[in-house]
Amino acid sequence: MTGTPARKSERRRKGEQLMVPRAEFDSYYGRPVIKAPAWEPRDIAGYFFTGGLAGAGSVLAAGAQLTGRRTMAKTLKVSSLAAISLSTAALVHDLGRPDRFLNMLRVCKPTSPMSVGSWLLAGYGPMAGAAAASAVTGWLPRAGAAATGAAALLGPAVATYTAVLAADTAVPAWHGAHRELPYLFAASATAAASGMALVTSPTRENAPARGAALLAAAADKAAMTAAERRLGMVAETYRSGRAGKLLRCAQAITVAGAATAGLLGGRSRPAAVAGGLALLTGSALTRFGVFHAGIASAEDPKYTVEPQRRGKE
Amino acid sequence: MTGVFFETGSLFSGPEPDPAGDAGHPDPPERVGFFTDTSVCIGCKACEVACKEWNAIPEDGLSLTGMSYDNTQGLGASTWRHVAFIEQSAPRRVPGEPPAPDGRTQLPLAEEDPQQPAGDMRWLMSSDVCKHCTHAACLDVCPTGSLFRTEYGTVVVQEDICNGCGYCVPACPYGVIEQRKDDGRAFKCTMCYDRLGAGQEPACAKACPTDSIQFGPLDELRRRAALRVDRLQEAGVPGAQLYGHDPEDGVGGDGAFFLLLDEPEVYGLPPDPVVTTRDLPAMWKHAGAAALSLAAGAVTSFVLPALLRRKGRR
Repeated sequence: MTGTPARKSERRRKGEQLMVPRAEFDSYYGRPVIKAPAWEPRDIAGYFFTGGLAGAGSVLAAGAQLTGRRTMAKTLKVSSLAAISLSTAALVHDLGRPDRFLNMLRVCKPTSPMSVGSWLLAGYGPMAGAAAASAVTGWLPRAGAAATGAAALLGPAVATYTAVLAADTAVPAWHGAHRELPYLFAASATAAASGMALVTSPTRENAPARGAALLAAAADKAAMTAAERRLGMVAETYRSGRAGKLLRCAQAITVAGAATAGLLGGRSRPAAVAGGLALLTGSALTRFGVFHAGIASAEDPKYTVEPQRRGKE
Repeated sequence: MTGVFFETGSLFSGPEPDPAGDAGHPDPPERVGFFTDTSVCIGCKACEVACKEWNAIPEDGLSLTGMSYDNTQGLGASTWRHVAFIEQSAPRRVPGEPPAPDGRTQLPLAEEDPQQPAGDMRWLMSSDVCKHCTHAACLDVCPTGSLFRTEYGTVVVQEDICNGCGYCVPACPYGVIEQRKDDGRAFKCTMCYDRLGAGQEPACAKACPTDSIQFGPLDELRRRAALRVDRLQEAGVPGAQLYGHDPEDGVGGDGAFFLLLDEPEVYGLPPDPVVTTRDLPAMWKHAGAAALSLAAGAVTSFVLPALLRRKGRR
């Protein structure tokens, strides 16, 4: 019978010579133990990216406004509004019953990162909208400044809660890295927002964006290394297959983007734009990579069984 | 309730004697559950059929897997009982050899081949179901409150509230709950909530011809299971073990637990499942710290250029 499950119980018959080398783990005909989320990668990984871009963008926008960098402040406010609108649309689109999206605000539940996130978005979205509207029209500058401040306060939470959203599941590659993912997402969000600032603001304003880009690239690398170390054998899912490809590209592009923007972006506008675009791409690739690593770890039972076995023995 | 809270520091994991009461049901009835004794399962799949019939679950594929007599493959949105079927080379019974041919001529066919001992094969059958965890991750992460804890201590989806966000699907450490593709909403075993309300046992337990699926108050089932597994172990049945019975385990014990004849993963069950919410306080803490570092990084990025410029001017 070809489908006979890999056997481990041979260990009960010590002394007997085994015909086949003992399999590393048992499974039910290789079928996954847990169910991978049915989320559309474009919607949910895209949401991780746009949410980060919006949240970190609001923080940089407030900084730009306080330091009199007007173009940077205005364009970041607009990009944050656009990104958060896109991400909300992606979230609603991914629901099995989009017409029931308002049920998200039916309860407020700290045990559900998705409930917390819905309320965060409900608070942050209007603030980002008001900040952008005021910046574009020039109306109600005081209210606009207040909204900018509120969006900057909520922004970091919008950028990092998505890591908890992914980690608060049974998906081995996400749950196993639940301590490191928030830092990775914060770094990736900062990379995206600084990239956006580099693309849209003049060179005389972009010094903070260059600094943020360098910080973000370093933090991204550190957080990813820490996550992989923590994950042990499950880290394979971050290194191989589609996720591996995406994450290797992400790393290279992020480093190249930060280096280009950091070294040349202060003098050369084309270098700033190129570096900024690379940072944006790198951040998006990172989110898609993490997403696909999670899916791969859910689909292969060994990533569920082996760590649990090891923990038990 | 508060006792539990203070003893464990949280209601997210660990032993939890009264899940229904802690969910806010005043004076709930006894917690009920399933004890599935797979040692007497004959793989007839009457439970699968009864479940589909009673709950009016739609058809979800009529394929032949070719892997075993199991063509159902696993639990899902439209399969709330699933009989696993495993064919394997069997471990030898520990005490006592098979009865010797007393005074009869032993045919060469029955002679033991040292490489391939005779009778070295067995079938395992097990009817899987939603575990109705004491600490249910699906319920914890549901953002709409569609998943709820019933007065019987079971976990049920309210289909008129579910908006199909799909978060419960990867949250379940057993891979039980699933979204129906054409419908979008999530579905799973309700332990026949409607039948419980009418004082009836769930359809699967009612239909089971060998009492492999036993329904009743959870405490009583746990006692019965402990006796049964002791008997089997004494009789030398190798691998006999309880699964999901322990209130100290990662999900606080299952409302539906099992007597297995091999390791859980052979049946497609996780060997040491943990409710993801156990680590949620740590996750929020790290997310908070990450948010603060994001803000601090931004402040640094704006302050540094200003400082450098001032230095340059001097």
